Amino acid sequence: MTVDVLIIGAGIIGSAVAEACARRGLCVQVLEAGIPAAGTTAAGMGHLVVLDDNPAELALSRDGLARWQARQHALPSQAEYRACGTLWLARDDEEMAEAERKQILLRQHGLDSQLLTADELRRCEPALVNGLAGALRRPDEAVLYPPVASRWLLSQAEALGAVLLRNAEVNCVNDEGEVSLSDGRTLRAANIIVAAGNQSTRLVPGLPLKPRKGQLLITERYPATVHHQLVELGYIRSAHTNDGDSVAFNVQPRATGQLLIGSSRQYNDLDSGLNWPLLQRMLARACEYLPGLLALQALRSWTGFRPATPDKLPLLGRVPGCQRLWLATGHEGLGITTALASGELLADLLCNTRPSLDPHPYDPARFDTWTAATPIQAVEAATC
Amino acid sequence: MLIRIELDGTVRQVPSGISLAAVLAGLPGRRSASGEPRAALCGMGVCFECRVTVDGQPHQRACQLPVREGMVVQRDV
Ligand SMILES: Cc1cc2nc3c(=O)[nH]c(=O)nc-3n(C[C@H](O)[C@H](O)[C@H](O)COP(=O)(O)OP(=O)(O)OC[C@H]3O[C@@H](n4cnc5c(N)ncnc54)[C@H](O)[C@@H]3O)c2cc1C
Ligand code: FES
Repeated sequence: MTVDVLIIGAGIIGSAVAEACARRGLCVQVLEAGIPAAGTTAAGMGHLVVLDDNPAELALSRDGLARWQARQHALPSQAEYRACGTLWLARDDEEMAEAERKQILLRQHGLDSQLLTADELRRCEPALVNGLAGALRRPDEAVLYPPVASRWLLSQAEALGAVLLRNAEVNCVNDEGEVSLSDGRTLRAANIIVAAGNQSTRLVPGLPLKPRKGQLLITERYPATVHHQLVELGYIRSAHTNDGDSVAFNVQPRATGQLLIGSSRQYNDLDSGLNWPLLQRMLARACEYLPGLLALQALRSWTGFRPATPDKLPLLGRVPGCQRLWLATGHEGLGITTALASGELLADLLCNTRPSLDPHPYDPARFDTWTAATPIQAVEAATC
Repeated sequence: MLIRIELDGTVRQVPSGISLAAVLAGLPGRRSASGEPRAALCGMGVCFECRVTVDGQPHQRACQLPVREGMVVQRDV
């Protein structure tokens, strides 16, 4: 049987694409080598946040957030969706100026936010260190527990007729619509979508994608002392414009009373073990903002790898030079937020309907590592 | 020698030098997040099953704490 769409990878991106395609009545199959949602999706923080480094990031994250908001009541309670809002924390006047800039920009895109003075900030988050300059509050942002949300999306797709094949490790794909599995089977589809996260490079050579390591730590359950997701405004500088190792203060209150503490970013470290000096730096940073953390006990710390492109925007669209072979990956540190927007965009492109967002900034063809003719041959030669 | 500790609001006399887990042995203890009863298991600080709140500090491992005069212990965190 030939299906309309064969999706490789059941992380949050593959699951969102599957659901969006199934909702359009397409016949969908999802291939997962391991356990659905156990890749990068299980390692992430689940902060649903609008980032504004560039217009394309803003457009996709804003659309993604709006779609989660619209579906929050359909999510199972274990997805722990909470509209706790985000506080962007400013340490000094320079960062307060950044908060003001951000507010103006967000307002231009119809997004509400409030500037908090130092006093207002202290009243709404008394656990924060004294002496911060203020904050920008984004009231409608939220957090959720990514693996549950991801599996819920997959189950929605299945309810619409999509079929999940487990233990289905893909060895190679080609533009003839063929997929070879490591157990020797060959499957066929009108369209193949590679949504295999960091492993996508194995299937599509020349893919401009690099794993960007991150570390998180979660505490025991305590009475709630933090009420918003707290992020330092310096985050923008340390996390997005810097390619070296970096840490930034980022704390999320979980529905359980636990605090999820982040975050770090590292290229060129493929070891999934903890980097203790960097973890120490990350926690020291967190304690600068929340001195009370020192008295809490950690429950667990882990690492994850963000699938990062050179411009930090995802790859959504056809593999350049190909007809049947598509990409849905490269979501770096924002894939939970942008999953639903990405699924929708890709389903629109597949069905030749006009997407609500301009798809060009996410088109894989924007990178000149590809040349129009080579990928098809390269894909066949290198992986089949 | 006996010393006094406060357990869930009641003062108790216990032998000095024993661990807090020994005081709690056999008494109903903490409940897990899903409501299951919990009690000390490993006795050596590894499993975290024996957690109690001591002097206002949650998640203290009873098996690792010798009793102290005046210690205030709450069993359910
Ligand atoms: C520390 C950290 C914090 C983060 N915090 C946030 C946050 O707060 N907010 C946010 O929006 N995003 C966050 N992210 C980013 C987010 O987690 C990722 O962008 C997202 O999970 C990527 O999902 P994915 O489906 O592309 O990849 P994955 O979840 O890795 O899914 C890929 C799937 O493909 C399967 N697969 C791979 N190869 C094959 C093959 N050959 N055959 C079959 N199956 C295959 C894998 O088994 C896996 O299940 C964070 C990430 C990290 C690491
Ligand atoms: S009994 Fe195992 S840690 Fe105390």
